[in-house]
Amino acid sequence: MAIDNETIKHVAHLARIELQPNELEKFSIQLHEVLDFIDKISKLDIANIAPSSHILSISNVLREDIPGASLTPERALENAPSKKGNFFSVPKIIE
Amino acid sequence: MELNQLSAHELLSRLKSGSVTPRAIQDSLYVRIEDIDPKIKAYVRLNSEKGHNSKIDPDTPLKGLPVTIKDNICTEGLNTECCSKILQGFCPPYDATVISKLKKSGAEIFSLKANMDEFAFGSSTENSYFGPTHNPWNLECVPGGSSGGSAAAVASDEAIWALGSDTGGSIRQPASFCGVVGLKPTYGRVSRFGLIAFASSFDQIGPITKDVEDAAILTRIISGYDPNDSTSLDRDVPDYTKSLTNDIKGLKVGIPKEYFIDGLDAQVKAVIDEAIDKLKKLGACVKQVSLPHTEYAVAVYYIVATAETSSNLARFDGVQYGYRSKSDNLIQMYKQTRAEGFGDEAKRRIILGTFALSHGYYDAYYLRALKVRTLIRRDFDQVFSDFDCIVTPTSPTAAFRIGEKIQDPLKMYLSDIYTISVNLAGIPAISVPCGFTRGGLPVGLQIMASSFNEEMLFRVAYAYEQNTQWHKIKPKL
Repeated sequence: MAIDNETIKHVAHLARIELQPNELEKFSIQLHEVLDFIDKISKLDIANIAPSSHILSISNVLREDIPGASLTPERALENAPSKKGNFFSVPKIIE
Repeated sequence: MELNQLSAHELLSRLKSGSVTPRAIQDSLYVRIEDIDPKIKAYVRLNSEKGHNSKIDPDTPLKGLPVTIKDNICTEGLNTECCSKILQGFCPPYDATVISKLKKSGAEIFSLKANMDEFAFGSSTENSYFGPTHNPWNLECVPGGSSGGSAAAVASDEAIWALGSDTGGSIRQPASFCGVVGLKPTYGRVSRFGLIAFASSFDQIGPITKDVEDAAILTRIISGYDPNDSTSLDRDVPDYTKSLTNDIKGLKVGIPKEYFIDGLDAQVKAVIDEAIDKLKKLGACVKQVSLPHTEYAVAVYYIVATAETSSNLARFDGVQYGYRSKSDNLIQMYKQTRAEGFGDEAKRRIILGTFALSHGYYDAYYLRALKVRTLIRRDFDQVFSDFDCIVTPTSPTAAFRIGEKIQDPLKMYLSDIYTISVNLAGIPAISVPCGFTRGGLPVGLQIMASSFNEEMLFRVAYAYEQNTQWHKIKPKL
């Protein structure tokens, strides 16, 4: 499977990473090599094999919805790069 | 011998008799670190305040003994940055469950944290934002990774014992490269709450120690169900020291033929062959077995683990914690923050994982990989229906040189070829020192067992260790 610069650019945008032209060039070569290697799984016959999204045989784990102690707003905001009152503050998104 | 050179269980018996104090043990570590860490660089943020716990309870199991913690495990009030610029200055407002358990057992959380590949992405600790750690056996070599700081600290007596994390070999491979013991528990054995997530269906925290007995003690303390991690399992935690019987007579040991192929270094192979002979002499019944889907493990891992990575690392966007790039536009702020905050390997993995999950590629990559994961699990089920454990090399080579593989991601990924299958299947495995190459670099023997059968690992590893001298040899620094 080939991965071209346009695809990497698009995927990097989806992942919200700004790539420099030299990074685009480098990653394109490296990821191409990795995908080439990964492609070996396409040869395997996987008809009728169930996927293992998880290795434990557990399904939903439920609990009673009982309120308990958690972080205070002050503690939760301690590491925020920017905050206003009890909120995280970010650049304006709506014009 | 200085205090910092002793094992945890030796120090615990001295603490019990009152012949040493926790303070003296900590001081011996700080002296050692000041002396040799400028060469090894096992620890990060060296100017952190030295901690000394004033309220030590002598009735607790660990009696104030310090434990070194990898930089991706949250420690309340102690910076935890995953050795990444994007988590610069992050000081967790809570403890990971393993840290609460250690504190409850009377351990002192060591004030310096151990170096690692950024977000645990790597096999050499070269991907750390703080720069690489050096192997105590040869300073020009890598200590392995991603828990390279933890392993190098234990090997060089800069730590009594340590916690690492293992997603594709990140405890066992550095333990092997540094000549110490490292265990990845069964998936679900140890709570992941407070472990900064890399790949959630693989990650496990585990011990890196000077000997098998220490690993047995530490594993018991950190194991168990945690309501904060719904993938931890509610099963009894045995006293693993009871498995240290020094008796493996009649045990059925499988040697998978797919692990002894081209790419396995001849000197490593010779050391492993000798270790297998030793197990035979100790009465184990050794037979060749097959894990037919082994060759697909690395490929499956780099699809599924990167897919999980791309999702887990979405949270690092400059909003809630860590580094933020200045911008007037929100989307641009996200993109710049992540461009400046993540290193190359993090970017590569996020992009690869996003690609594997993206429209048009999901079925060919992600879904297909999950199905091959099933085949790899079945291989192990098959062998464990007849055998007690599986023995392999931990890594195809001894420690490689700093810089040797950093420009070639695929070559780096292949250095985990013997450890990754274990994470795909969720089973436990341990690496124990089993000899040296002619160049004086340590080699590790990997033992794997079925899910929740850590007792088998301790039994085999201990018998091997007690009948060899490898764990007693220390690097000359």
